[in-house]
Amino acid sequence: MTQHINYLAKLAAQGKLGRREFLGKAAAVGVSTAAAGSLLSSAAMAEGPKKGGTLIAGLGGGESTNSLDPATFLTQVSHDFGKCWGETLVEVSRIGEVEYRLAESIEPSADAKTWHFTIRKGVEFHNGKTVTAQDVLKTMQRHSGEDTKSGALGVMRGIKSMKAEGDVFSVTLETANADLPYLMSDYHLIIQPDGGMDAPDAGIGSGPYKVAVDEPGVRHVGERNPNYWDSSRGHADQIEIVVLNDATARTAALQGGQVHMINRVEPKVADLLERVPGLQVKSVSGRGHYVFLMHCNTAPFDNNDLRLAMKYAIDREEMVDKILRGYGSVGNDMPINGGYPLFSEDIEQRTFDPDKAKFHFKKSGHDGPVLLRTAGTAFAGAVDAAQLFQQSAAKCGITLDVKREPDDGYWTEVWNQQPFSASYWGGARPVQDQMYSTAYLSTADWNDTRFFRPDFDKLLIEARGELDQAKRIALYREMGVMVRDEGGVIVPMFNDFIAAVSDKVAGYQDDPSGEMMNGFALAKTWLA
Amino acid sequence: MGHPILNLVAQRIALGLLLLFLASGLIFIGTQILPGDVAQSILGQSATPEAVANLRKELGLNDPAYVRYFKWLSGVLQGDLGTALSNGKSIAEGISTRLKNTLFLASWAAALSVPLAVVLGLLAVQYRNRWPDKLISGISLASISLPEFFIGYLLIYFVSVQLGWFPSVAILNETMSLGEKLNAITLPVVVLTMVVLAHMMRMTRAAILNVMQSAYIETAELKGLNPFTVIRKHAFPNAIAPIVNVVMINLAYLVVGVVIVEVIFVYPGMGQYLVDHVSKRDVPVVQACALIFASVYISLNIIADIVSIVANPRLRHPK
Repeated sequence: MTQHINYLAKLAAQGKLGRREFLGKAAAVGVSTAAAGSLLSSAAMAEGPKKGGTLIAGLGGGESTNSLDPATFLTQVSHDFGKCWGETLVEVSRIGEVEYRLAESIEPSADAKTWHFTIRKGVEFHNGKTVTAQDVLKTMQRHSGEDTKSGALGVMRGIKSMKAEGDVFSVTLETANADLPYLMSDYHLIIQPDGGMDAPDAGIGSGPYKVAVDEPGVRHVGERNPNYWDSSRGHADQIEIVVLNDATARTAALQGGQVHMINRVEPKVADLLERVPGLQVKSVSGRGHYVFLMHCNTAPFDNNDLRLAMKYAIDREEMVDKILRGYGSVGNDMPINGGYPLFSEDIEQRTFDPDKAKFHFKKSGHDGPVLLRTAGTAFAGAVDAAQLFQQSAAKCGITLDVKREPDDGYWTEVWNQQPFSASYWGGARPVQDQMYSTAYLSTADWNDTRFFRPDFDKLLIEARGELDQAKRIALYREMGVMVRDEGGVIVPMFNDFIAAVSDKVAGYQDDPSGEMMNGFALAKTWLA
Repeated sequence: MGHPILNLVAQRIALGLLLLFLASGLIFIGTQILPGDVAQSILGQSATPEAVANLRKELGLNDPAYVRYFKWLSGVLQGDLGTALSNGKSIAEGISTRLKNTLFLASWAAALSVPLAVVLGLLAVQYRNRWPDKLISGISLASISLPEFFIGYLLIYFVSVQLGWFPSVAILNETMSLGEKLNAITLPVVVLTMVVLAHMMRMTRAAILNVMQSAYIETAELKGLNPFTVIRKHAFPNAIAPIVNVVMINLAYLVVGVVIVEVIFVYPGMGQYLVDHVSKRDVPVVQACALIFASVYISLNIIADIVSIVANPRLRHPK
């Protein structure tokens, strides 16, 4: 019966089944209140967006130190508000494809070294100016200049030269990169008038909402941009982000009807929240993952047998059950999962194996305890996860000492500094190349496992410029296996993004790229 | 020589300023000891070495610490709090709305809790060791014993989520009317009142009971005055000094110590603002906040001192 209802819901979402007809059928098979709500919103989706109203999101991850300058974006709230007022050249769609936004079309040269972006005509900034290739050029220059402090600098580094001619913006790269359009979807790269050179934090963009109120750490309000070019976004008259960093405050605000949607629902309350009438829990598996990082160049972790021993001594299933409460999936000691394009499903899953762990531990010749550093901020449940790891390692005869570090200063003093620590990757990088270039290339700033392998680097550069899909898949498979078997990263789990949305909201669709529809929830949904 | 009270006040204020200066130095040292720096904290996990170096240069973090401290101090003496390192916004602007909010919440909590505490204290004295006294003490001591986040969550669950009487999120904005604002802050005001009530109530009760043991109270009772008049005319004026001291400490707490309540009810006050900036190592903002907090503490204590002196003729004419 569940299958039948799901089938009906799908039909309704595709618009193949009318709302009334669908609800009638659903009632006929005896659907519960909660399920009816979810079916209703699918049906509303099929009916098409409604205009008007004020859509309010209660989001965790905002601070009073936030600025409207996209170069400084770091927190979730800046990221999500940026997607309301700003727009990038391209975006990554829900199915991982490049979606054209301010760029109308993209033309690569045959060697994938030069890329031409044709800018969409007739798009206006909030200040009335037209978006031109010159604005795009200036924006990119601001994010890549010598003295920039942009969070997108890493993305921009491989660029040799840029130019704007007519309505075409062109980029020439040092080495070929078949994924360049994906890199341009980085959320820092919001196109600003004149690149935001003179007023970087003016909050003037070309997005569906204009900045009306900006009180960092408290609330952000946007008013509908009447001149927005795309009618499939910006349905509400006004959107509002209320910064709710306390998890209980978020849940209470949603239940009390003060907000329409919240992010970062804790796995332990998600089950309970699912039973509350009038709202739905939206959980989507993404590319974000939790990690334990070993430095491959630091004793005792410079011995691959010891690294393998640690990888076999962790119980991934148990972590998904107890830390994520089932809202996630097991990892395979590589940063890539099915959420990425060009992923090979056939790589063998590593499991908890005390015999192999003992064998490799003995072979490594290491004697005595191994020290793991963790902190509450490393990821949600990192301290508990380290303790679970300690227990499963004990079953393999390995003594794991767990040291709890203070949250404050963890990212500067412990992560990427100490030889064995807990951390996470948010999964904002949409392609394998970007993930590997960020943290596994020998020269990467955040090579947080100290993985220095010239053969791996060579494969990475080769795959980057390869335009033949089959060959690329094979290259990425080889790299994945290399990290899995010889790297310093232990990936016990990929975490789901869990949000909760009121039944008053329609048009909410899962997006594996990030929480809250990858930040587009306010721009794309509407009040039913 | 001027008036002795004026002398005393001038002396207290001078001491207060000295204290403020010392506090600002201590806070600056404290923020220097913390690991990590503002450039790294701003950029977080996305901090590439170049970006950090560029940001450090831009923020002037390459100057030695004492140079930065005295630069800041000379700015403050000229009335310029400077701009926040983390987002380049004016600190004075950022703080003024937050401070207004904090004072708004604190003053309504004080307006409710102080009279309530004093009246309940007087009632407890009047009915001492009988059931009204025990009931008042029991309830107020129970509410101070529960952690404030627990009371907050209880109220949110029952009053906001189940009954829907008041909102759980107490965010204020300029477009709200006074009524709407009061509605929004009802729950935090109730929590704060419950937290500070017991301390003030018990002190009122103890101070007046202490005075009630005196011979002149007995005389007043023997004169045939009714019990409330005895308390009001004879006991209360003599008990006022310790009561004012406790009231001032609690008022100071309402201004500077309500971070937890602010977080639970998402109230945009000074506490949350300060915490955000501490975690970003944004020293100028931390300094400015700390300076304000320190001046609130110091000035409220000066007021308490002055009130006790004025209320007690013996202190007014020191030998």
